[in-house]
Amino acid sequence: MDTFIQQLINGITLGSVYALVALGYTMVYGIIGLINFAHGELVMVGALVSLSVIKLLMGAGLGLPPVLIVVLGVAAAIPVCMLLAFVMERVAYRPLRGAPRLAPLITAIGVSIVLQNIAMMIWGRSYFSFPPLLNVTTYDVGGAALTDLQVFIVLLAGLLMAGLMWIVHRTRLGLAMRATSQNLQVAGLMGIDSNRIIVAAFVIGAALAAVAGTMVSSYYGIAHYYMGFMLGLKAFTAAVLGGIGNLGGAMLGGMLLGLIEALGAGYIGDLTGGILGSNYQDVFAFFVLIGVLIVRPAGLLGNSNTERS
Amino acid sequence: MHSIARISTLAVLTAAALLGLSGCGKETPPPAPAAAPAAPSVTVKIGIVAPLTGPQAHIGKDMENAVKLAAADANAAKIMVDGKQLNFEVQAEDDQADPKQAPVVAQKLVDAKVNAVVGHFNSGTTIPASKLYSDAGIPQISPSATNPKYTDQGFKTAFRVVANDNQQGKVVGEYIAKELKVKNLAIIDDRTAYGQGVADVVEKAAKAAGATIVAREFTTDKSTDFKAILTKIKGKKPEAIFFGGIDTQGGPMLQQMKALGIKAQFVGADGIQSSELFKLGGDAVEGTLASFPGLPIDKMEAGKSFNDKYKAKYNQDVVLYAPQGYDAFNVFVDAMKRAGSTDAAKILEKLPSTDYKGITGPIKFDEKGDIKDGPITMFKAVGGKWEAVATIGGAAPAAAPAAAPAAAPAAAPAAKDAAKK
Amino acid sequence: MSGSQIVHPHRSPAMKWVGVALLFIALAAMPFALAAVGQTWVRVINLALLYVMLALGLNIVVGFAGLLDLGYIAFYAVGAYSYALLSSPHFGIHLPFWISLPIGFVVAAMFGVLLGAPTLKLRGDYLAIVTLGFGEIIRIFMNNLNAPVNITNGPQGINLVDPLMIGSFSFGKNEIIAGLSISGPMKVYYPLMGLTILIILLNLRLQDSRIGRAWEAIREDEIAASAMGINTRNIKLLAFAMGASFGGLAGGLFASIQGFISPESFGLLESVMVLSMVVLGGMGNIPGVILGAVLLTGLPEFIRFTVVPAQQMIFGKVIVDPEAIRMLVFGLALIVVMLVRPAGIWPSSIRKRELTSP
Repeated sequence: MDTFIQQLINGITLGSVYALVALGYTMVYGIIGLINFAHGELVMVGALVSLSVIKLLMGAGLGLPPVLIVVLGVAAAIPVCMLLAFVMERVAYRPLRGAPRLAPLITAIGVSIVLQNIAMMIWGRSYFSFPPLLNVTTYDVGGAALTDLQVFIVLLAGLLMAGLMWIVHRTRLGLAMRATSQNLQVAGLMGIDSNRIIVAAFVIGAALAAVAGTMVSSYYGIAHYYMGFMLGLKAFTAAVLGGIGNLGGAMLGGMLLGLIEALGAGYIGDLTGGILGSNYQDVFAFFVLIGVLIVRPAGLLGNSNTERS
Repeated sequence: MHSIARISTLAVLTAAALLGLSGCGKETPPPAPAAAPAAPSVTVKIGIVAPLTGPQAHIGKDMENAVKLAAADANAAKIMVDGKQLNFEVQAEDDQADPKQAPVVAQKLVDAKVNAVVGHFNSGTTIPASKLYSDAGIPQISPSATNPKYTDQGFKTAFRVVANDNQQGKVVGEYIAKELKVKNLAIIDDRTAYGQGVADVVEKAAKAAGATIVAREFTTDKSTDFKAILTKIKGKKPEAIFFGGIDTQGGPMLQQMKALGIKAQFVGADGIQSSELFKLGGDAVEGTLASFPGLPIDKMEAGKSFNDKYKAKYNQDVVLYAPQGYDAFNVFVDAMKRAGSTDAAKILEKLPSTDYKGITGPIKFDEKGDIKDGPITMFKAVGGKWEAVATIGGAAPAAAPAAAPAAAPAAAPAAKDAAKK
Repeated sequence: MSGSQIVHPHRSPAMKWVGVALLFIALAAMPFALAAVGQTWVRVINLALLYVMLALGLNIVVGFAGLLDLGYIAFYAVGAYSYALLSSPHFGIHLPFWISLPIGFVVAAMFGVLLGAPTLKLRGDYLAIVTLGFGEIIRIFMNNLNAPVNITNGPQGINLVDPLMIGSFSFGKNEIIAGLSISGPMKVYYPLMGLTILIILLNLRLQDSRIGRAWEAIREDEIAASAMGINTRNIKLLAFAMGASFGGLAGGLFASIQGFISPESFGLLESVMVLSMVVLGGMGNIPGVILGAVLLTGLPEFIRFTVVPAQQMIFGKVIVDPEAIRMLVFGLALIVVMLVRPAGIWPSSIRKRELTSP
């Protein structure tokens, strides 16, 4: 039982990180139907920028409290990622609006390669470790270990998602976003500057990516110029699982994927009588995805009417 | 027909473009042929291939750095062979850890007529490339490819200065079962050729020595989250966990073990025996055991100065296989000196009789090209440093005299144990 | 610069055949011309030919039928493993290539149907992620099927795969024939080029056939296509199977040339690269796809050879790591080409029309 609780805790923490990154994919997709393959790289840049700032502040010997240092690190990473997303949209995606659907996909791959290599030039090839700034306390929950960092990550992710929901459903910007995602041209006719809305979607997604980057690197204690790729891929999978273009779907998909991975790695051996082991963890996750999509071709919460081809 | 004509135009254009393009390739300034003005000198080209971009770039660059350092040292030493001073030139190539790129890169080195090659880094790239070097008669020493298949192919040009998976895994597996007296062992590997290879041998050796494998779990070389498999392992209550993989996974894994409250002894192979592990794993690394093929570096005179030199030149610590890269280069230099020639064929003649004291230990090759009776040292992480606790093997009669007494007291029974086999 | 502008419309049939003959001579002489510069380029052109096959196979699925496939490399892997298992010391089976290559071709086609069948209902990006998952599943299985029964030998890969052999004539060895020194890669070039031409011709015929038109109809509007009496299910499955089989053939050839295969050669990035070739060259247009494959294979190698001399020329020394520049330039090239030519470098005429009159 304690093993099961522990796997649940593992899965939920992992899932909330996936969910946060998945939101970035799904927002952009919901509005212009583009898979922003380079979104994972924003997470990487966010992690490395905040890490650099944190190290700088620690080295400066100002005697700042650790929590403040981390907050300042994130605060520095957010505008950098937002600016990067802004430039990315302007240079690589906007000129291709109306181009064949796969053209922006290739530029996205190009952007991803460029960002990785620039990051490699700036930060070098080594893995960075996250300094043990935060004093992690471990609690005992029914025999399972739960750290305050995990609680904080889940809470912060939840808070950010709630904030995003508020923006989308309660503000004029959100109204414009929803209108644009319904129909870009008609929204334009209603006086919405669709370019501004699209930029907003990119930039908000980038801010979330910056936070997610810092979260991932502090949770796993590691950051590297290549870290964005795998994370982006998983988050993209999560977004599709939940129904891409749907904010609630991204959260649900992220959470589910985290749980599937944790429980899959934990119990796949028992389920198959020891024939398959944790090496099939990702296979398990993809089978669940394919199974879901066969039953619901637009994902769990996706609306098949808004499906694009 | 219309489309055939179009295709043919395209093909002609393509061919023209390719020819033009390869023309450009030819324009690259040819290496100054041994036309030295003053002292008679001869240029010796050594190739080094490793992944210099991509996820393993930090380890690849580390190897390239070491070879460049070795070349600088050798040039400074003004080595004379056959009345001419050797002027070493290093040609570094990036194979991106991609098996498909390896032959292309290897061919580039063959075309450039290098005298010898240090590399490649991964087993997956070393094996396909080794055929080309064999066909061209260019000696190759891999500092890091541990897959036994590399030297099993019967190529006369293939050597390595690192213990293969079978050699190292056996020692570690027996150490876990006999010295640590572990009854219940859990094993994790990262599903790479290296990690899986060494983990399988450890499993076999530990089982043969009486230990029970209570869990065999897997991760990947791109993962950062190990909590799920660690949680599962925790439920099986092993006394030790062996990890076949490298430090970039090992560090976070140790931290996550600590967070989950797993107290089992963590053991790894040379993949985690690096200074990086302390950076990546923080204080969770304390007490970790890791093997390393060779003698403890601080026991070797050259080893200590190597660390300092490397740090002075590159402003960073040695990552992983730099010492092996440095040794591989010097084994070539040693062979050139003994052959009295820099010719690839002459180097090749002398390589099998190598008896060189490198910074990783004494280097001799067996008939396949594997390092012979390489001593393997177990290290323990103590206060942010690796401390040698036992040196196993290498004490066999033929081995270098420096090997046996170098180890800490705990080594004595272990060494005896190994010598019995 | 479209194809029709280059080819003079009123050229006589005789002239065309002269052109074809000249082309064949040029293609036959190519390895010798390249070898004069360096054997590296022979290897690069062989690699480019493999990618031409792959890109043409993927083009059937993505370009003709409009089904976005991000896991295409799985079929390449299936073909490579089929060949390697049947012609290597791993199982001690040494079938000649004219048996094991076709087996790889057929097995890959079967996997194509296997992937196609459950995903028929999916369109667009949902299909993309499922195919991506399929590609990863195949790779993971190949990486792990060494236990409990050793089938693929896991991460260690399969070594000493037989080269192409006819009798005692091996395409993998360097030797001197009629006074000419001919290397292994130069020999392999000829069967590779022959098969590539065969695949190109097959594709050209397919495109203009009933099937090709049915694919096009499905791509443009699936519902309208089925209303016109096209059996969309079978036609889609056929696209998957045909595309996959070419991938399988390329995979088998890859295994025979490489001599060693392991799962790391068949990662997601490979699928992405092949897709980039198709899209960058000009989706749906066969000459464009070929151009895309040749360019994207050649470009990184070209940069490899020029980046150091170029820096030395401009700055007098090497300032930035050549490797970092190499991938950076590659990424920038992807972006710039797509910005300048959103439909690809050499798009099909239909697509061009679509794009100019929105």
